[in-house]
Amino acid sequence: MKSLLIRGARIVDPSQRIDRVSDLFVDEGRIRAIDEGLSPEGAEVVDARGLIAVPGLIDMHVHLREPGFEYKETIASGTAAAAAGGFAAVAAMANTDPPNDCAAVTEYILEKAHRAGGARVHPIGATTRRMEGKELSEMGEMVAAGAVAVSDDGLPVRDANVMRRAMEYATIFDIPVIEHCETPELHPGGVMNEGYWSTCLGLRGIPRASEEISVRRNVILAETTGARLHVAHLSTKGALEAVRQAKERGLPVTCEVTPHHLLLTDDSVRGYDTRAKMKPPLVTEEDLEALLEGLADGTVDAIATDHAPHHEDEKQQDFDHAPFGIVGLETSVSLGLDRLVRPGIISLNRWIELMSTGPARILGVEGGTLAVGAPADLTLLDPERPFRVEPSVFVSKGRSTPFADWELQGRAVRTIVSGRSVFTLP
Amino acid sequence: MTLASHHLLDIESLSPAEIELVLETSTSFKEVGERAIKKVPALRGKTVINLFFEPSTRTRVSFEIAAKRLSADSINVSSAGSSVVKGETLLDTVKNLEAMAPDVIVMRHPSSGAPHFVARRVESAVVNAGDGMHEHPTQALLDAFTILEAKGRLSGLKVVIVGDLLHSRVFRSNARLLTKMGSSVTVTAPRTLLPPFVERLGVEVITAVNDAIVDADVVMMLRVQKERMEGAFFPSVREYFNLYALTVDRLKRAKQDVILMHPGPLNRGLEIESAVADGPYSLILDQVTNGVAVRMAILYLLAGAS
Ligand SMILES: [Zn+2]
Repeated sequence: MKSLLIRGARIVDPSQRIDRVSDLFVDEGRIRAIDEGLSPEGAEVVDARGLIAVPGLIDMHVHLREPGFEYKETIASGTAAAAAGGFAAVAAMANTDPPNDCAAVTEYILEKAHRAGGARVHPIGATTRRMEGKELSEMGEMVAAGAVAVSDDGLPVRDANVMRRAMEYATIFDIPVIEHCETPELHPGGVMNEGYWSTCLGLRGIPRASEEISVRRNVILAETTGARLHVAHLSTKGALEAVRQAKERGLPVTCEVTPHHLLLTDDSVRGYDTRAKMKPPLVTEEDLEALLEGLADGTVDAIATDHAPHHEDEKQQDFDHAPFGIVGLETSVSLGLDRLVRPGIISLNRWIELMSTGPARILGVEGGTLAVGAPADLTLLDPERPFRVEPSVFVSKGRSTPFADWELQGRAVRTIVSGRSVFTLP
Repeated sequence: MTLASHHLLDIESLSPAEIELVLETSTSFKEVGERAIKKVPALRGKTVINLFFEPSTRTRVSFEIAAKRLSADSINVSSAGSSVVKGETLLDTVKNLEAMAPDVIVMRHPSSGAPHFVARRVESAVVNAGDGMHEHPTQALLDAFTILEAKGRLSGLKVVIVGDLLHSRVFRSNARLLTKMGSSVTVTAPRTLLPPFVERLGVEVITAVNDAIVDADVVMMLRVQKERMEGAFFPSVREYFNLYALTVDRLKRAKQDVILMHPGPLNRGLEIESAVADGPYSLILDQVTNGVAVRMAILYLLAGAS
């Protein structure tokens, strides 16, 4: 493979506290040097003046839908969408059909991802067999095959005893248990946040207590078991407070938030727009502000999209019947650069930590750093490049996003995995 | 004057002037129902489809009579006989109906917002005949018409709404209409049947029915929708009756000339005492009569007033 010289980029790497303009040299799929005035012979030179080079971004929560739901997304289309969105790696949730609850499925996913040649895929195994919440899955075998975490995401593990055992068992492999925190008993038929708007629209509500109760239970179990708990798509002020308290007590608890929960509230459901139907539901201004605070003060460990592609026809239904979920891979970077970094809610350095270093650390995978010797996964960002969200040209098969037609500034222009460009913006 | 929208989807988007227009138009159509030959040619040659995804004999018949009195051709499609049960999506159903070019689609659906979904995708006028727990605008308009007949005004009245507010589209439409027209609305129900932030709709909440009902000009009962009580919203029918049902005794706390309304069908002995339902204050049957006139007005304003 040809070596690569990234010339003149602003290099920002929170893992090494680097933020300076320099050259970066990549050879044999690994980062070899960061220095000024590099001119190795035979290297392909990328003129990156005016661009920002950062550790390859990692979306630690995506649904690739294969096997089983290839009409919604495939591993090939999903990893291509990830690359186009600036992600060098994604972690794929287990709720496929069959679910990823055994080594055979884990291997299948990795094989497909390898052949697709887009972003790297880190498979997440199911916490329980068939994701039924009853018996533990074969975690050891899946980890040996390449799984990096376990989660029944899409569903919470409802039985506290099963969750306790799963956490205890996961400590053998030192993998995080990623939990979709929800208490479904609280909201039969719930489709949006329970609040003023659910009352106005006559839609069944999901109270914020649903998430908070579950987060608190799981924090207690994390303390009981010593397991690493990662709270997926955390959305409410109360749940964030629970994580903050857990961290203060030194528990190994981490959490992620999604761009949509950082930027939208439940009034987006007005007009019964199914593009605003997601789980957890969009909540209130108060929650949104708490989440932004959590981004800034370090309580939040990662931004993940919960990329959940659905077929267009499925979303074109009345609100009650449309499925939960929106796509996120191709909007996350521009939303972050334009709506979080540009207005100064968080620094660029902090954002990269949330988008790369943080997820790598939680998942325990390589990446998230531009350290010499590390795999050459990196993303080049153009902070000035305008980006209009146009779902019709998405690489993902999913098209449903509440950010359609948003005008943003800043986007990924090149995504490099193991020294190979998997996406280059023309 | 005409209505600003081509559809009638909710009270929320109607102005007070539009509400008055509907009520005035209803007055002239009520007279048609009192003639020996109850028919006018206003919508001759027009087609009205009654698309009911949820059974409701009362509302469907009311719309059907309204259409026939206006000389429109009306066709009933109910979900039991429709292709919905064969797995056809709402969008497919609607596209097929649209291909037959109806002028008005009257739609009842168990999901909130379903008529809005349809209205965005068809040329026909869409009338919401009740969507989930959202709105039932024609019911609120016929209730307003009935109040207006009895009281001569819609402003400055104390209206008390009692019962299952949480699941009630009738409540949501009435609360919007009556506050818009300048009346005060007090609601009373067990805490479990109050929607969150209900006071933000501009209503006063008093959980004790005996206190709420004092000096009421209008008492509006809501049906306790037993079929929606999938959770434990109240401990027993007996306790609900004891705490919230409208009894002759309780009604004495209201004004002397109070009127009593109910959108039907009644659960006698659960939410209302028969002596009240059939008593002198009850306008329950007037509501049914007025329903036809108000629906004629709406069909006329949407399909015939051009
Ligand atoms: Zn989830």
